[in-house]
Amino acid sequence: MPTRTYLEAIRQGIWEEMERDPSVFLLGEDIGAYGGAFKVTEGMLEKFGEDRVIDTPISESAIVGAAVGAALMGMRPVVEMQFMDFIACGFDQIVNMAAKIHYRWGPAVPLVIRGPSGAGVHGGPYHSQSNEMWFVHTPGLKVVAPSTAYDAKGLIKASIRDDNPVIFYEHKFLYRRIKDEVPDDDYVVPLGKAAVRREGSDIAVITYGAMVWTALDAAKELEKEGIALEVVDLRTLVPYDEDAVLRSVRKCNKVILLHEDTRTGGMAGELAALIAERAFDDLDGPIVRVTAPDTPVPFSPPLEEYFLPNARKVVEAARQLAAY
Amino acid sequence: MLYYLKLTRESEYRIERVLYRQGKIVGGVYVGRGQEAIGVGSAIQLAEGDVALPSHRDFSSFVIRGVPLGQIFANWMGRGTGPTRGRENTLHIGNLKLGLIPIVSPLGDTLPVACGVALTFQQRRRKNVAVVHFGEGTTSRGDVHEAMNLAAVMKLAVVFICNNNAYAYSTPTERQYTVRDLSVRGPAYGMPGVTIDGNNVLAVYGAVQKAIALGRAGGGPSFIECKTFRMTGHSAHDAAEYVPKELLEQEARKDPILRLEKVMLERQLLTREGLVEMERRIHKEIDEAVAYADAQPLPEGATAVKGVYCGPDCWWKS
Repeated sequence: MPTRTYLEAIRQGIWEEMERDPSVFLLGEDIGAYGGAFKVTEGMLEKFGEDRVIDTPISESAIVGAAVGAALMGMRPVVEMQFMDFIACGFDQIVNMAAKIHYRWGPAVPLVIRGPSGAGVHGGPYHSQSNEMWFVHTPGLKVVAPSTAYDAKGLIKASIRDDNPVIFYEHKFLYRRIKDEVPDDDYVVPLGKAAVRREGSDIAVITYGAMVWTALDAAKELEKEGIALEVVDLRTLVPYDEDAVLRSVRKCNKVILLHEDTRTGGMAGELAALIAERAFDDLDGPIVRVTAPDTPVPFSPPLEEYFLPNARKVVEAARQLAAY
Repeated sequence: MLYYLKLTRESEYRIERVLYRQGKIVGGVYVGRGQEAIGVGSAIQLAEGDVALPSHRDFSSFVIRGVPLGQIFANWMGRGTGPTRGRENTLHIGNLKLGLIPIVSPLGDTLPVACGVALTFQQRRRKNVAVVHFGEGTTSRGDVHEAMNLAAVMKLAVVFICNNNAYAYSTPTERQYTVRDLSVRGPAYGMPGVTIDGNNVLAVYGAVQKAIALGRAGGGPSFIECKTFRMTGHSAHDAAEYVPKELLEQEARKDPILRLEKVMLERQLLTREGLVEMERRIHKEIDEAVAYADAQPLPEGATAVKGVYCGPDCWWKS
């Protein structure tokens, strides 16, 4: 089976959907001749033409609004945000227009807004954010955050086929750093299904995106100490797989909630509430969060390293929790 | 056109001055008294496949495009069988079969959406147009800039119609922009821009006709500023004391409906009897529509959680 990078897998997924369905088209900044800031859409202009790979002015709000208009007319636009930090410029169109149309008057709004998020590349405050919770908190949107190349392809395909607005968080740190087996087949990874990346019996680590790899690194380290982590990759945040979360909590009786996003109002808080409501009697220790602190993402390497959760921080949290 | 003008005026009178005061309309009431000519003069010439994105003061667009009057009243009254099943108020009524996309309350958001609609026309090689209305206050928003620029760059068949009614809530135009005519912004983006008398339905018709023809021919977008006046408050709860009385009286003399009536009577396109008959018909239609709407049930509270997402078991299809 061919191995591909995370980035190549996304490109292949979009490519296949464009071949399969003529209503799928791309809209964004520098995505045509240049192939996108990270080259996700490289080669697509030549293959699919200017009608379907559209370079726009720097106008995130108009890009999202235009995607909504096209989606209402039966198209399936895929919008690239050059960096997910800039999605704030299109925020109103996403939360007030795209997210609410189906609820307000019924039509499908099939569109995907995708782009690079996350830190670890010294991008500073405006090229590093994990701002997924802005959209997790908005009913009407779906939010996806793949961690593997296999999933990246399967989830982008599922997102393009979905009849709702989907915000698709690619992790830029993973783009060219991870590679796995990605079949050339036409497969989808359904939205709302988590994956257990590693089986364990002592502590469940619930996470998503690049932090899945951090959790796996920590698990390897802890294995030497006889602590067995179970690593659950949510894959999608809306809808998220409540059953998978509860299953692992009930199995391990201890849980660490891990994400790269900042702490207050992060996904961990939501998961902690779910676990407290539905699995309180199964807990043998406090629910523990390992997250970034409540600050913007700093630029200089020592600052960014301090900011980001890493395997060492997970190991320390797990040791304390194991001893509880 | 006279029929739609009068139907609009009378329907909005019922909404703002009768049903609202009877407590049958909850929430905000925004009407377009005095500026009916803009909606009528534009919507009436749209063809099948065209898409209208009216403002909250373009009641007539909904009627002209084919939303039954009773359904419009049912929406204003929050009824469960109305077009939004009680989820949305006023003229936030969408219907893709009829080519209608409604506003959202952050006004200006529909301009980029109109661009997307026209983009699809372009991709499918259709000769349709998207016509979007907005107020002069809205032109201060960034989305208006982004949309006008995008439409010009991509040569999209969008007709941008600014209903300049002199006040954005309480803010007069001199606190909104500094140019005399907003139409200068058309050429600034590379599209034609005209300023017309928005209370002259024939002038509206002519200007919009030209813009639509340009759009259909692949000539891209146009900008039309229709100067009019808001002959009421921002909403039903607003007495609009910030509008000078003399100004209101002066503007009342330019009423678009009286002007068209006068022209038609003078040119013998209409008789006094014909006018009375038209008014009788309009009253009857509205009475029936209000009675229909008032007989509709309110929605079940528990339906509030349905239909958030679109899927195979879509609630809206039930």
